Amino acid sequence: MNKPIKQHLIDPEICIRCYTCEMTCPIEAITHDDSNVVVDAEKCNFCMDCIPVCPTGSIDEWRVVSEPYSLEDQFAFSELPAQEDLGQDEASTGLEALDEAMATLLADAHKGAGGKAKAPASAAKPSVNMYNLGKPAVAKVQGNYRLTDDDGHDVRHIILDFGGQPFPVLEGQSIGIIPPGTDADGKPLLPRLYSVSSPRDGERPNYNNLSLTVKREEGGLCSNYVCDLKQGDEVQVTGPFGATFLLPDDPSARLLMICTGTGSAPMRAFTMRRQRTVGAKSGGMLMFFGARSKGSLPYFGPLSKVPESLLKQHLVFSRAEGQPKEYVQDRLRSEEDEVAEMLQDPKTHIYICGLRGMEEGVEQAFTNIAESFGEQWSALRDTMREEGRYHVETY
Amino acid sequence: MLDLINVSYDTLIPNNVGLSTDKRVLKALEKWHPGYINWWNDLIPDNFQKSLVYLRTAVSVDPKGWAKFDYVKMPEYRWGILLAPQVEGRTIPCGEHAGQPAWQEVPGEYRNMLKRLIVIQGDTEPASVEQQRFLGRTAPSLYDMRNLFQVNVEEGRHLWAMVYLLHKYFGADGREEADDLLRRQSGSEEAPRMLGAFNEETPDWLSFFMFTYFTDRDGKMQLESLAQSGFDPLSRTCRFMLTEEAHHMFVGETGVGRTIERTCQIMAENGIDDPYDIEKIRSFGVIDLPTIQKKLNLHYTLSLDLFGQEVSTNAANAFNSGIKGRYMESRIDDDHKLTNATYPVWDMVDGQLVRHEVPALTAINMRLRDDYSRDAAGGVGRWNKIIEKAGIAFEMKLPHEAFNRKIGVFANHNFNPEGQLVSGAEFDKGINDWLPNKADGDFIQSLMNPVYEPGKYASWISPPKVGIDNKPGDFEYVKLHMA
Repeated sequence: MNKPIKQHLIDPEICIRCYTCEMTCPIEAITHDDSNVVVDAEKCNFCMDCIPVCPTGSIDEWRVVSEPYSLEDQFAFSELPAQEDLGQDEASTGLEALDEAMATLLADAHKGAGGKAKAPASAAKPSVNMYNLGKPAVAKVQGNYRLTDDDGHDVRHIILDFGGQPFPVLEGQSIGIIPPGTDADGKPLLPRLYSVSSPRDGERPNYNNLSLTVKREEGGLCSNYVCDLKQGDEVQVTGPFGATFLLPDDPSARLLMICTGTGSAPMRAFTMRRQRTVGAKSGGMLMFFGARSKGSLPYFGPLSKVPESLLKQHLVFSRAEGQPKEYVQDRLRSEEDEVAEMLQDPKTHIYICGLRGMEEGVEQAFTNIAESFGEQWSALRDTMREEGRYHVETY
Repeated sequence: MLDLINVSYDTLIPNNVGLSTDKRVLKALEKWHPGYINWWNDLIPDNFQKSLVYLRTAVSVDPKGWAKFDYVKMPEYRWGILLAPQVEGRTIPCGEHAGQPAWQEVPGEYRNMLKRLIVIQGDTEPASVEQQRFLGRTAPSLYDMRNLFQVNVEEGRHLWAMVYLLHKYFGADGREEADDLLRRQSGSEEAPRMLGAFNEETPDWLSFFMFTYFTDRDGKMQLESLAQSGFDPLSRTCRFMLTEEAHHMFVGETGVGRTIERTCQIMAENGIDDPYDIEKIRSFGVIDLPTIQKKLNLHYTLSLDLFGQEVSTNAANAFNSGIKGRYMESRIDDDHKLTNATYPVWDMVDGQLVRHEVPALTAINMRLRDDYSRDAAGGVGRWNKIIEKAGIAFEMKLPHEAFNRKIGVFANHNFNPEGQLVSGAEFDKGINDWLPNKADGDFIQSLMNPVYEPGKYASWISPPKVGIDNKPGDFEYVKLHMA
């Protein structure tokens, strides 16, 4: 079998054949006959110029295919074909990103879920890869605030403004930041991925901006660059990326969120999204958030103002003075009843985000808790993942 | 250096034409501006003027910048002057000057012809807003209301586009024409709009959808051919207008489609197989398919009249002078001069319809109308798929282009929708089945009850498949001002 490729398609049931995309395409990859407007897979280079100009939303459709649909195939579509099952290898058969490097990074981050990631059934449709290394968006830094009070632990809240450039992100998606400079071969450096920590309508509602939560890593090329950004600096951005670690739009969905450190970024976005839309009328959100101490827990102050009716919080510290070490998995176990009840509810969606390896401890806790109600965790997890209800993103 | 991609806000009038350095035109436009705002404010009912509408505004003319969405009060919408970027080395695409560099200034010999084309195009833009002024009061949803207002503000911007050309390139008589564009009123006795179809009120939402599907599509075809103009500023203006016009087509095609879908759904739910069981179907608060077909017949044939005479020396002159091209001129593979080419046009010979070849140069209107009919047929096919999917034996059809015509070779003859010549008595007998009558209009009117709750839709129309700007189903597209 050929290596699967990502193919751009147009939904013929929604397209109205205005041909605006065809006129916009700089390389004439789009054409039409009397019934459909179609994209030539051999020509399309994913420049995305056609995406914002479409008045219908029919243009942003992608399939992973082993053999691309020919123009004739597409002319004959009366509806879009379903995504074929091409196997479990997420990097090559998923649609988290269109370019290979980013797809590989995300697939790697999702590995801890034990199988190919799937988006929640009610999640909004994400846009991916609007901007890439060759044609990045340029964002202006609106603010850079220190979030932690711990010398060895500098975590920053960075606000980026996109001005007039459309940059549609959903909560849970990531963006790429291109650090300045070149590698040993003189090539531009590859973007580093950061999870967006603001909701879809902006860090400030209806402003075209977003926020990131970034920790300074010793010797980290990009994290130091980002953490040192000043107001007014310009940053080259790619993305958005990610098509599965998303918030269900169904307000009755219950969220169980487990994170450490900057893994709190998507959880903050989820919480703000619900706060701005359904508020306390949602199915509820329960968060287990681990850090070394209060001082090193990002957003400790703001979190104390979030009401329990919106978000129930367990803040767990591994280095708190005068207290035994505690990790998120320990707290999961001590709150077994509440967690067990959620694990058995088909409305529950689980999100795990943080440092690579944290998912193992969490899985251990889930295994024990599942046993208590006579279920095998690995089977339950696979079911949940298949239903788009189990999401892991660890770096 | 002048930034010709991004919109500049350094004058009251957003633009990408360097208005701040063009004092003469800036002054003229600033003088025209208050009259425009008055026109707008007098037009749309007051409570809608104060409402926040989720509209898209162009912030630049490159593909990633012209669809920025936000809540705006309509009178504060940033109407402006936006031209597509200049293509370096562009040449006149057709006619006797084909291949010469495109004109950046008005060629003197074609001044009047150009001005007339711009004025006619400009006159239709505010006219349609006038025709649709009361529809907000009966919007079947906030989603539809938003779409209506988006269409309205963009028609307003298209007026601006034409007025800019008049002010910039046509001196004192251009200014006078620009003032007249605000003086004429759709349906007015003393100063009506220039084209007949633009003097009828749009009485209900199905008419609005049909209008945006059929009549705005005529507008699209005209813009397409003006986008091929050898007068470069006109071409650039129209090219950018076309990107906005696409949304209007979308509103029409999906509006009719959703109306049909809802009817089919209600028929299925209530076990009605016969699409002609009109009374029963109507009793469920939806519009029966035969009535929708009648509306289609009306709007399609009215729109065909907008293309003018089949054989026209004016159209030949406009093409030959390079002022107006054909649909997709740049993609047509011929000499672009039409020196020896012929084109088949309709004619009446001994009471029979025939198509015979005439010099293609004189058949420019006919050719554009044929392109239009092909384009219009596409959506009808899509509507039929909805009906077919529901398993109902009914097919929407474009009537024969001879039917119900007031302009061209078919005018003053009685044709039925199949294109057969019929007697006056037969025509009078059939007309009730072919065109909407007063009872049909009254029935449709009876369904026009506003629905202002987010995510809810009137009884006669289905929700859209996809929200605007990817918004969820219950998005509040208009935050209504409640006086």
